[in-house]
Amino acid sequence: MIAYIFRRVLFFGLTLLLTSLMVFAAVRLLPGDVETAVLGRGAEPAARAALRQELGLDLPFFVQYANWLSGFLRGDWGKSYAIKAPIMPLVLERLGNSLRLALVAMLIAIPPAVLLGLLAGLNEGKPFDTAFSLISLVLVGIPEFVMGIILINVVALEWKLLPPSASVPPDASFGEALPRLILPSLTAAAVLLAYIGRMTRVGVIAELRRTYVRTAVLKGLPWRQVVFKHVLRNALLPTITVIAISIGWLISGLVVIENVFAYPGLGRLMVFAIQQRDLPLILGGVMISVTVFALANLVADLLYAALNPRIRLS
Amino acid sequence: MQTPILSIEHLTVAYRLQGEWFEAVCDISLNVDAAQTYGIVGESGSGKSTLVQAVMGYLSANGAVQQGAIYFEGEDWLRASRQRREQLWGARLSMVPQDPLSALNPALTIGEQIAEILVCHRYASRRAAQARAIEMLRRVKLPDPEGIARRYPHQLSGGQQQRALIAMALASPELRLLVLDEPTTSLDVTTEAAILDLFAELQDNHRAATLFVTHNLGVVARMCQRVAVLYAGEIMEDAPTEALYSAALHPYTRLLLRAVPRIGDSAPLQAIAGRIPSLRQRPSGCVFAPRCPAALERCHVHKPALERADDGHLVRCHRWREIAEGALRFEETAAELRRHEMRHVEDSLFDHLFSAKQSSTQTTVMRAEHVRVRYGVHSALSRLLGTKPPFRAVDDVSMRIPRGKTLGLVGESGSGKTTLARSLIGLVAMESGEAHLLDVPLRGTPRQRAKATLKAMQMIFQHPEESLNPYRTIGQTLRRPLVTLLGMSRAEADRAAADLLRAVNLPADYLSRFPSELSGGEKQRVAIARAFAAQPALILCDEPVSSLDVSVQAAILNLLAQLQAQYDVAYLFISHDLAVVGYLADYIAVIYRGQLVERGAAQSFFAPPHHPYTEALIASIPLPDPKAKARRVRLPDDQPSSVVPSGCRFHPRCPRYLGEICRTHEPPWQRDQQGRFYRCHIPPHELAALQTENGA
Repeated sequence: MIAYIFRRVLFFGLTLLLTSLMVFAAVRLLPGDVETAVLGRGAEPAARAALRQELGLDLPFFVQYANWLSGFLRGDWGKSYAIKAPIMPLVLERLGNSLRLALVAMLIAIPPAVLLGLLAGLNEGKPFDTAFSLISLVLVGIPEFVMGIILINVVALEWKLLPPSASVPPDASFGEALPRLILPSLTAAAVLLAYIGRMTRVGVIAELRRTYVRTAVLKGLPWRQVVFKHVLRNALLPTITVIAISIGWLISGLVVIENVFAYPGLGRLMVFAIQQRDLPLILGGVMISVTVFALANLVADLLYAALNPRIRLS
Repeated sequence: MQTPILSIEHLTVAYRLQGEWFEAVCDISLNVDAAQTYGIVGESGSGKSTLVQAVMGYLSANGAVQQGAIYFEGEDWLRASRQRREQLWGARLSMVPQDPLSALNPALTIGEQIAEILVCHRYASRRAAQARAIEMLRRVKLPDPEGIARRYPHQLSGGQQQRALIAMALASPELRLLVLDEPTTSLDVTTEAAILDLFAELQDNHRAATLFVTHNLGVVARMCQRVAVLYAGEIMEDAPTEALYSAALHPYTRLLLRAVPRIGDSAPLQAIAGRIPSLRQRPSGCVFAPRCPAALERCHVHKPALERADDGHLVRCHRWREIAEGALRFEETAAELRRHEMRHVEDSLFDHLFSAKQSSTQTTVMRAEHVRVRYGVHSALSRLLGTKPPFRAVDDVSMRIPRGKTLGLVGESGSGKTTLARSLIGLVAMESGEAHLLDVPLRGTPRQRAKATLKAMQMIFQHPEESLNPYRTIGQTLRRPLVTLLGMSRAEADRAAADLLRAVNLPADYLSRFPSELSGGEKQRVAIARAFAAQPALILCDEPVSSLDVSVQAAILNLLAQLQAQYDVAYLFISHDLAVVGYLADYIAVIYRGQLVERGAAQSFFAPPHHPYTEALIASIPLPDPKAKARRVRLPDDQPSSVVPSGCRFHPRCPRYLGEICRTHEPPWQRDQQGRFYRCHIPPHELAALQTENGA
């Protein structure tokens, strides 16, 4: 197990290194250039050259990369071109916001998703299962902005239960922010619920067909015990991976939802950075969301191994 | 008379398929008493699994009992509620299933999986149950029961897993009925023998009634007091074991007994023509009539009743009296059998294909020297991130196969026998060593090899359904090698494909069929035809009959023998079954953990001296004869481990272990007087003396 953890952690580091290199290279390939973005269209060639030198853009690619990497590791992520402020605090603040949103969305989505998926799987082919499959398909299918706008119009504007905007003052505590987080979280949770629920359903159905279930039944165990002790544990293993992947999506993929609810998350910051050709900011944002994503996967792998003796003990 | 533990009365079970009901088990009656072991023998499609499910009260959702009754200790079992069944399952009746690994929950420890039975039936508290679980593991003779209890299923070998399942089945102190559903079918033969020993020993203690369901006539002969022979869902014959084996009255039973290859007997096997009817097309008369050589017209019209022939001997046949008196003989003699199969082969026009054939005159078709194959060799990076340590599957194997002869390669699962074949044909790379086919060195993948090399060596695989492309007709499958390897035109290939089918005894209209329309045996015939299409000098047969039923297996073995006699093709015949290999092979080699441990001519192979492993293999084969003396050379269960033992790699399991030298020194090849070679520290005369005094 220790060797396994060591390997996973090593793999984690390697992933981050490779992504940073790829993102660094990709950002250079973006159309347009920084000089135009910062100095405007009519800038003098001399001024452009001076800016390039100031930003280190005249150096060879790998030197630039090495400089950026060493700075990044020391906590110096550079200054945003567009906002002219250090990047790290900016990105971390937005990350905090995104994590809040993700946490609430997961708390809303996972318990019912697992329960409904389990019930649907146990009742395969029966009306409940059909209804579940249909509704979850609809939830996945509705675009997030449609879902968001419906929720704003009905829950916030019509019923006046919750505020329509999710913008939170930076110093608000979690408790103060919570009411504003619920609507955007619900929007994300709808999709999440459908995905995780369907995954659980498929897992349960697959496990129910395995021979060990028959062994357990023929031991005389009550059905409830067969399900919770034998089936669920094995059925949830693939679900864990799906949850981990969805964390990455929740952190940096919620641009649309953040926009609909005017929520200051990481996704909106990145869109802003790309529009501004703000290379250091793009890099910082991408690196942090990749880190969170890889970290979630690492945790999922370790959890998977902890629950699965075949991996834990090999 | 006391009530039987299990009483089945006129049971008929049917399945609903696409809105129609089809009977899988039909009018079965039998009683199993306490301390009795009742055997149910049947080939695939005989309804034995359905019978097991019905007895356990656990039919699949589309199955239903249509008629009859099952009484368990006098209680109407079919009317028992789910709650009542939960009370009895695991407490009074339990089952040992076929495939132990899939029957165990991968996420729970062995100890927990046993203990939960005791807890749920309130035989013990949670804490006491753990101790009792360990006690059970000791009773099934697992070494280090405390350690095993803490382990997970995948950490045990197949034999150990099956022992754990037996411990589970016997955990209850109130056990009345034990159902064994092919409990040794997925195990190696040495492990099977040890598990059967365990059953025999435990039977004396638990006194529960046992229903032993299997396809293996040898296992039944050893274990059961009474046997029912099942065919197409009906009981054909039901008799005390001795009577069944010595004086069977039903043609099916008689033919089946002669279809089993026996060690030291190379007379042609009795094949049974045709196949078991599907659920959809059950004959209206006697279900066996379409395949029965003694069938009369009335057999096809009137279903015979299950009649009482003798005291306790039941038979379902119109002609049993003639059979009992010896007035009716329908088994073919050896000479007839030979002629019978030969006729098909000779009649086929396939001959002309092979006329130009064996122009080359080499006497050795295949020569392999010091072949080694290693799995799991990784780069430095992947080793750092990687999974398994490298594992040498084949280690220093040398062999020669003469033209037109068969080398039988025997080994248990994981011995490296399949890997060896795959390395010869180029599917895995050799680590070192070399192999020559007709004096041409074998190198590279099949894609890199010359057409002549591909043509000269063909392969037949274990599972015909996996080796035939389901989307190609049989004709397309057979034409392909004819066109690509022999350069025939389309029209020539069409004609040759029809000839090939005739040579393997299939009608020519099969050319337009798809594999899914064929039975397992028919598919294997197509695979054989495909292998012969290229006019090879050597065919690698990898367990070609082990997925087939006994009656079908016999036909395939006969076919292979006849085709070889006709076309002078050499076989490397790989099997786990020493009796099958003994039937077909001219030379036999035994492989253990990647290394050959014994090789020699087949005629004298079954007389001592043997390598101790071969000795155990021979002693483990269950003989289809209840009077056969059990030969008690048994091996301990193999440990799941990829580490090859030092010295002689067989020493941890060796019943003839000498001492230090076996652990430290790799044994030399020794040669006995008959010219057989084996790899052991014990010299031939001593080994022979040890093995004959044991009464082999």
